[in-house]
Amino acid sequence: MQAAGGVRLLALGCVLVLSAQLAESKNSEDIRCKCICPPYKEIEGQIYNQNVSLKDCNCLHVVEPMPVEGKDVEAYCLRCECKYEERSSGTIKGTIIIYLSVLGLLLLYMVYLTLLEPILKRRLFGHSQLIQNDDDVGDQQPFANAHDVLSRSRSRPNVLNKVEHAQQRWRRQVQEQRKSVFDRHVVLS
Amino acid sequence: MKEIKKCFITLLYTRKAQAVKQWMENEGFSKEGSSSSDDELVDLTGTAQDLIDDVPYLDHGSTANHSNGSWAGNAGLLDLLEEGVPGVGTYDDFNTIDWVREKSKDRDRHREISRKKKQSVLALLFSLSDAFSGWLLMLLIGLMSGALAGGIDIAAHWLTDLKEGVCLNGFWFNHENCCWDSKETTFQERDKCPQWKSWAELMVGVTEGASAYVVNYLMYVSWALLFSFLAVILVRAFAPYACGSGIPEIKTILSGFIIRGYLGKWTLVIKTITLVLAVSSGLSLGKEGPLVHVACCCANILCHLFTKYRKNEAKRREVLSAASAVGVSVAFGAPIGGVLFSLEEVSYYFPLKTLWRSFFAALVAAFTLRSINPFGNSRLVLFYVEFHTPWHFLELFPFVLLGIFGGLWGALFIRANIAWCRRRKTSRLGHYPVLEVLVVALATALLAFPNEYTRMSGSELISELFNDCSLLDSSKLCDYLPLSKVGDKGANFSQSSNGLADRPAGPGVYAAIWQLALALVFKMFITVVTFGMKVPSGLFIPSMAVGAIAGRLLGIGMEQLAYYHHDWPMFKSWCSPGADCITPGLYAMLGAAACLGGVTRMTVSLVVIMFELTGGLEYIVPLMAATMTSKWVADALGREGIYEAHIRLNGYPFLETKEEFEHKTLAMDVMRPRRSDPPLSVLTQDGMTVEEVEAMISDTSYSGFPVVVSNESQRLVGFVLRRDLVISIDNARRCQEGIVGASHILFTDHSPSQPLGGPPPLNLRSILDLSPLAVTDHTPMEITVDIFRKLGLRQCLVTQNGRLLGIITKKDILKHMAQMANRDPDSILFN
Repeated sequence: MQAAGGVRLLALGCVLVLSAQLAESKNSEDIRCKCICPPYKEIEGQIYNQNVSLKDCNCLHVVEPMPVEGKDVEAYCLRCECKYEERSSGTIKGTIIIYLSVLGLLLLYMVYLTLLEPILKRRLFGHSQLIQNDDDVGDQQPFANAHDVLSRSRSRPNVLNKVEHAQQRWRRQVQEQRKSVFDRHVVLS
Repeated sequence: MKEIKKCFITLLYTRKAQAVKQWMENEGFSKEGSSSSDDELVDLTGTAQDLIDDVPYLDHGSTANHSNGSWAGNAGLLDLLEEGVPGVGTYDDFNTIDWVREKSKDRDRHREISRKKKQSVLALLFSLSDAFSGWLLMLLIGLMSGALAGGIDIAAHWLTDLKEGVCLNGFWFNHENCCWDSKETTFQERDKCPQWKSWAELMVGVTEGASAYVVNYLMYVSWALLFSFLAVILVRAFAPYACGSGIPEIKTILSGFIIRGYLGKWTLVIKTITLVLAVSSGLSLGKEGPLVHVACCCANILCHLFTKYRKNEAKRREVLSAASAVGVSVAFGAPIGGVLFSLEEVSYYFPLKTLWRSFFAALVAAFTLRSINPFGNSRLVLFYVEFHTPWHFLELFPFVLLGIFGGLWGALFIRANIAWCRRRKTSRLGHYPVLEVLVVALATALLAFPNEYTRMSGSELISELFNDCSLLDSSKLCDYLPLSKVGDKGANFSQSSNGLADRPAGPGVYAAIWQLALALVFKMFITVVTFGMKVPSGLFIPSMAVGAIAGRLLGIGMEQLAYYHHDWPMFKSWCSPGADCITPGLYAMLGAAACLGGVTRMTVSLVVIMFELTGGLEYIVPLMAATMTSKWVADALGREGIYEAHIRLNGYPFLETKEEFEHKTLAMDVMRPRRSDPPLSVLTQDGMTVEEVEAMISDTSYSGFPVVVSNESQRLVGFVLRRDLVISIDNARRCQEGIVGASHILFTDHSPSQPLGGPPPLNLRSILDLSPLAVTDHTPMEITVDIFRKLGLRQCLVTQNGRLLGIITKKDILKHMAQMANRDPDSILFN
């Protein structure tokens, strides 16, 4: 589980680096100057958008075509409010894609744990040594199963052994948490 | 060393399992209302694997405590203990830490480093890095929390808009970003652009009309149900601790309680993912409380990188205090407010050093969030407002009115929510958490869609309500009639910079008033049911929304009153026609602050957060007026804020620091054993054998035993914890030569003369706390409670004339306080 945490941290670091890089490459689409001009005399209110940089972000550059002419331009432009805005579409894209992939992975893992793993285990190990996280199997002997795991897994290589062991421990913890939160309502009512 | 560890690990499996099984057969589970021994450890059988959790991070062989000076003469007995038995000095799950021991451990460590640093350059560098590690940790916490909060914001915005439609430019854009550089937005309809298609457009092909409305409605409801279903099953399957707000449990953890797994990796991942889902499903909840939990999880995980914080529970809690400040800082974009929130609401011990470090961490997090830029305009929060119109002191009356409303709503909300949560805890409602979430989400979505003000998310609603109407706005709330159409046009348009004169309300405003009133009623009731469900849920945004709606309604009312009756005496002096007197946006802001203050009973932190949100220093006085009124009214109706009420509902052993203990009881009224109880279980310093001690451990379930000189004199030597005893005896039996049931256990530092041929004795002086705190039996309880609070004690011994008489534990004090307040003393569950 420590390795998993380290991997997570690494992934987070990648996200940060990635987003920093993406922020630097300023897409011309990612900047805009938005001018909002309220109704003036007979002219309706309008919103103008252009991809200009900060120095050109004023009424004269952005409002095109200018609906009034001559001396009214100044009065019209005084009421308009122009704001310069930036965004990073790369960050947004990256974040959404990472989020959806993590969500998808979690859902797949949940489906695997609840549906597929019992079937696989039954096929591999037979009914006698079924390791199930049944809620009715009493946890009076919390480590009965762990003994089985340890004794059975001598023949398997060490890494798989550790992973299996860690996973069993984690599942037991989650089961305990679920009991105290959902069933007995002791914590976090 | 490896054999010792292996020896120890296999030992733990068998011994603890047996002990737990035996304990369970003897005592049964301890639940609320149990009438058996009051000092029972609530052993939820999860503690066995917690010992395993402890082992990995103790492989440096930490020795537990400070009383290890006198080993040198007993090398033969103690070569094991010198290396440190792993597990000694750690705590069971759902137990309270011993602050005194942890703090003195840290002081010893620091003294050791300072002593050694003069010896070599390497040691000097090590001491520098040790001093620097705190700041590095804060920096990392700020970076990680800021990044996570930015991700959560972006994802939540996208998923919220996904309920309404999808962007053809790139599915990852939300509505606002989709129409970002479109030239087809108009002044009246600022969010229409061809790239954004609502579901009705995509599926049926029409944008207006009844069929489009029905299709949109159905899609909205189905997306809401899907999101809430995913959220609750993920929480249930992977991390049940990720539900709820998190702040009551973090408060308890910061006061010294241990909840293993509450701040773990899986909880972090699940909380982040499901928070986005829960917020996007339209449920009436916010994300500020869960963000505090997320930040604390980040802090806890990063603490494992630094030995100084990994091994010491007290230092870790300092870091967690700073992390709570970070959580609020990224939620609101208010670093100072975050630090004050941590100081006022969440932390138990807040040394001054933590203040500076919290501020640093909060700033780093705010800066990280800003650079990720989730809102596209370099703002940190969605509802950042910038009006500066002045207010008049006569307006203090409506402000106080808002405060009263906030206080009333806060008190009623707390009562209703606690009653609902208690029903969920005790009745059949609690057996169907998934179904409950689905039903509430369905009800919320069905009722929220028709009203445009409930259809938008909480933050958007607040942002719109805080907004002061100017010429540039075209929303329904700003649909005022122009003052006059003919005549002097120039004079009627605004003189002040961004405000407009008070004008009569147009039809849009009246429609908005009705919708807002309905939204207010809806939100007031649905939040009671939503907070506390088994998905991550926060309270700040819904409370602020309720307050903002009420405030805005009052503000519009005042505005229209000032316009239509400008010749009344109270308006004549300061509100001439054509002037901009009343700012409904300000009323909304004050309403939000009042309601939030009424629910959480925050004072200074709330004012600071609100003015950091708005940048308006000139509104401090109205804010304080509204917040103080709200707190007074709410306190008159109920003493506790929502978080304290939830702590009490769950029975956590939290010793409230804000209340005074005002009864005249003495220590001997509270101590155990009472007259009818069996006498105090003590160990003698050299008279007991291993068998007798094990019998005492298995017969009772006390978490510690005092050690006395002898049973006749009852003079106090020290105090030893049950967990340490169990671990040390088991270790000695397995790994030490010659220890059998008849071996004597010694707590002295010299071994008395042994009969020849007898088994070697077992010296356990290293696990003995030689300085337990003791009070006399006539000490008033006021002072005793003060000692417990200020020093963070778990237990305190009671002596009479120098002889040990009894023991007072934190749980006894909590029960006593409950009894004094006529509450059920059996509701205190944990140790």
